[in-house]
Amino acid sequence: MTTGLFLIVLLGVAAVAPFLRKYLKNQAGWIYAIWPFTGFLYYLSLLPAINDGVVITETFTWLPVMGIDFSFYVDGFSVLFSLLVLGIGSFILVYAGYYMRPYPMKGRFLGYLLLFMTAMQGIVVSGNLITMFVFWELTSISSYLLIGYYHEKPEARASALQALLITGFGGLALLGGFVLLAIPYGTYELSYILSNPDIIKSSNLYIPAFILVAIGAFTKSAQFPFHFWLPGAMTAPSPVSAYLHSATMVKAGVFLLARLNPVLGGTELWSYTLTIVGVTTMFTGAWLSITQVDLKRILAYTTVSALGTLVLLIGTGTEYAINAAIIFLLVHALYKGTLFMMAGNIEKKTGTRDLTQLGGLFKYMPFAAIIMSLALVSMAGVPPMLGFLGKELIYEASVAAPKAYGFILVLGFLTNVILVYLSLRLAIGIFWGKEPAYPKTPVEPNLALILGPFFLVLISIVLGLFPATMANPLTSKAITAISPGMDAIVLKLWHGFNLVLGLSALTLISGFLVFRYQDKIIPAIDRVNIKYFRREFTRMFFSMIDGFLIFTKLKTKTLQHGYHRFYLMTLFVIASVLVWVMIWRADPIMLELNFSEMPLNLIAVVVLIIAATLSSVISGSRVVALISMGVIGFGITIIFIAYSGVDLAITMIMVETLMIILAMAVVYHLPRYQNFSSTGARMRDALVATLVGTFFMVLVLQAGTSSLETPISDYFKEASYSLAYGRNIVNVILVDFRALDTLGEITVISIAALGIYAMIKLGKK
Amino acid sequence: MESIILQIAARHMRPLLVVLSLIVLYRGHNEPGGGFIGGLMFGAAYILYAMAFGVEKTQKSLFFNPINLTASGLFVALLSGIPALLLGDSFMTGEWYTFFAQTAFELKLGTPLIFDVGVYFAVAGMLMLVMFSIMEE
Repeated sequence: MTTGLFLIVLLGVAAVAPFLRKYLKNQAGWIYAIWPFTGFLYYLSLLPAINDGVVITETFTWLPVMGIDFSFYVDGFSVLFSLLVLGIGSFILVYAGYYMRPYPMKGRFLGYLLLFMTAMQGIVVSGNLITMFVFWELTSISSYLLIGYYHEKPEARASALQALLITGFGGLALLGGFVLLAIPYGTYELSYILSNPDIIKSSNLYIPAFILVAIGAFTKSAQFPFHFWLPGAMTAPSPVSAYLHSATMVKAGVFLLARLNPVLGGTELWSYTLTIVGVTTMFTGAWLSITQVDLKRILAYTTVSALGTLVLLIGTGTEYAINAAIIFLLVHALYKGTLFMMAGNIEKKTGTRDLTQLGGLFKYMPFAAIIMSLALVSMAGVPPMLGFLGKELIYEASVAAPKAYGFILVLGFLTNVILVYLSLRLAIGIFWGKEPAYPKTPVEPNLALILGPFFLVLISIVLGLFPATMANPLTSKAITAISPGMDAIVLKLWHGFNLVLGLSALTLISGFLVFRYQDKIIPAIDRVNIKYFRREFTRMFFSMIDGFLIFTKLKTKTLQHGYHRFYLMTLFVIASVLVWVMIWRADPIMLELNFSEMPLNLIAVVVLIIAATLSSVISGSRVVALISMGVIGFGITIIFIAYSGVDLAITMIMVETLMIILAMAVVYHLPRYQNFSSTGARMRDALVATLVGTFFMVLVLQAGTSSLETPISDYFKEASYSLAYGRNIVNVILVDFRALDTLGEITVISIAALGIYAMIKLGKK
Repeated sequence: MESIILQIAARHMRPLLVVLSLIVLYRGHNEPGGGFIGGLMFGAAYILYAMAFGVEKTQKSLFFNPINLTASGLFVALLSGIPALLLGDSFMTGEWYTFFAQTAFELKLGTPLIFDVGVYFAVAGMLMLVMFSIMEE
């Protein structure tokens, strides 16, 4: 119960947050952080039990008929992620509560943030694929609201839309993937799927299911070629970026891949796809970050790179790689959260986040400078930070990869060199270096703004210094959860002199050299980029969207032409052709025409109907045509009466009368009748009319001859009085057996009536 | 379009048609009739009146307006499904109650009748709404 209840209360907090902001004033961030932090402590308290191998499952019935339930599944991996989502989330709330003070609608902002947290927390504890999908979509929607928070800026709106379209597209693919994945299992329950991985692998649905799930994960986790939405998303306020890049949203894709690793992983398709996409993303992200000067943009590109690394490691799938993935996930969440919060602080205190406008800040904010530098040290992978352990494991995984792809090691090395260079550049460029003229003297950020970065860096150091006692218990069950049969490697800060240590040292030296000669190297890279990589994905994406819009407009113009006669014609032609085909393929047509039993007076009525039909077609006046139509209607009414269909007859009289009145009221306003249509058009109309008329005739005559097993009317005849206490079957069907249908029908006619009313009233103005 | 004959006819026909439509509504369960036909008759009564006296005068003589009539019809129809929910059946199951059981006035009433009243109002309302709008033009 606890997992579900926690989420419901969190959602409740999100719902009331915008309204309570007024009363809580500036303490709102602290107060809203209480509940997530409680959750953090709860999951922390679960850790000993989880490490003993306990898995918590909960089920709330939702749609049992379809095997869809709100069920939760909490294992070591979920706990690790929950700690990240709720722990970092609490700090972010405190941070945002202060950070957003000068902005309007801050209550709503905190509400969105809590909603985002709920969604992400929901994903990581989901025990049913459909439950996970619901939360997955909720992250897309809430991130849209957050990225587009400065909605009066066009670029914020564009970035938000871009993120929503890409992750929404991925979500759609993911739903398809989940449905396909569940078919061989016959259930959406994760616990069953995870314990029977062979069922999907032996099914021929494996490949389509994998492709769709992969698209879902890649779009969410900003993998190449979908990576471009993430740097765009940095137009969001800093608290959002810090959260989105560290623990939520982009990690959802990685979470999904890791979660399904036991089920979908281990095949060649899986490892090739994930390694190639991962390695491309890892290097592209790093490469593109070098030439940026916007602090947040640099960080965004390094996130892309880190996500690529994670996908690559999951795809490699060896014991080292999985260990590296989990450790690096933790490392990255800790330092990236810190860096984005600090980027927000720097922008707040100096008014800029352009690297060329920053420098010498150590003098003004020494404490902040030390914290941010430590986070950068972790990013560079220097001991004793946890980042060092992460990087060591990644190198070990690449060196020991069974299919030793040389290029992975080379690109991984280059990526790390770039990260080292960026760490140096950011730390030295911002806090030391030449000091520009600041508009106002920067000061140390206050408690709420520095609390999160401080604790995250502290955790990073503690975990780095005591890996075996602190980091291992936190991660070991996460590792076995996502790849059963593999154990957590005992983490050590000092491995002795070996190849990996040599690589680490070489990375540091190369990074330093790049930094030393950056004045020569960076412009050169810039020139290469301008020459060869000018294509901007964002621009391409939007031109694609524009093209799609043009296409839809064209399509709508063709299909929705606005001519009532052609709509009717389309309806009639398609309906009659379809029915004709059905009649053709069914039994041979048997028309039994027997006029001998027909009384003379009815024959007279039929003759009258036929005469009136002809008259309505050939008459040169609308009024005559309408009256002829009335004659047809009343003729049919007489036939109904003759065959004792009194209900139908009464309804028909009413409808016919009202139709004539209605038509007369309209005709009164029309100009004189004239014939504009060409002979060809008239022939076409005659053809359509004949097609429809004959199909109805054949259908009715067929219906009379073909005998069904037991017509449903027998049931109604019987049940009408015994079940519904009514002898008028027609009415009993309308108001009792099929009452819901009737309710739908009267709703439709009421809406239609309102539409007519509105059109006429609005037309007047 | 002023016609004395039509006006006199409409004046006397209107109450008759309204009463008739109510009878048709009530008897619908066992004999030909029902909310739909009743609603059409009710609407027709007022349309006849409008043809004789004009829409404006007709609307003045109404104590309700057609939009509200339509809406309340839908609302009543929807309400008729609620008792079943309260009694633990699925939505819109017919629930019946017998008044004055075992006496000469035994009367069986159920939610389908309420539903039919909703249909009656909705059909009458939408008919008047459309007709009045077009006739006003």
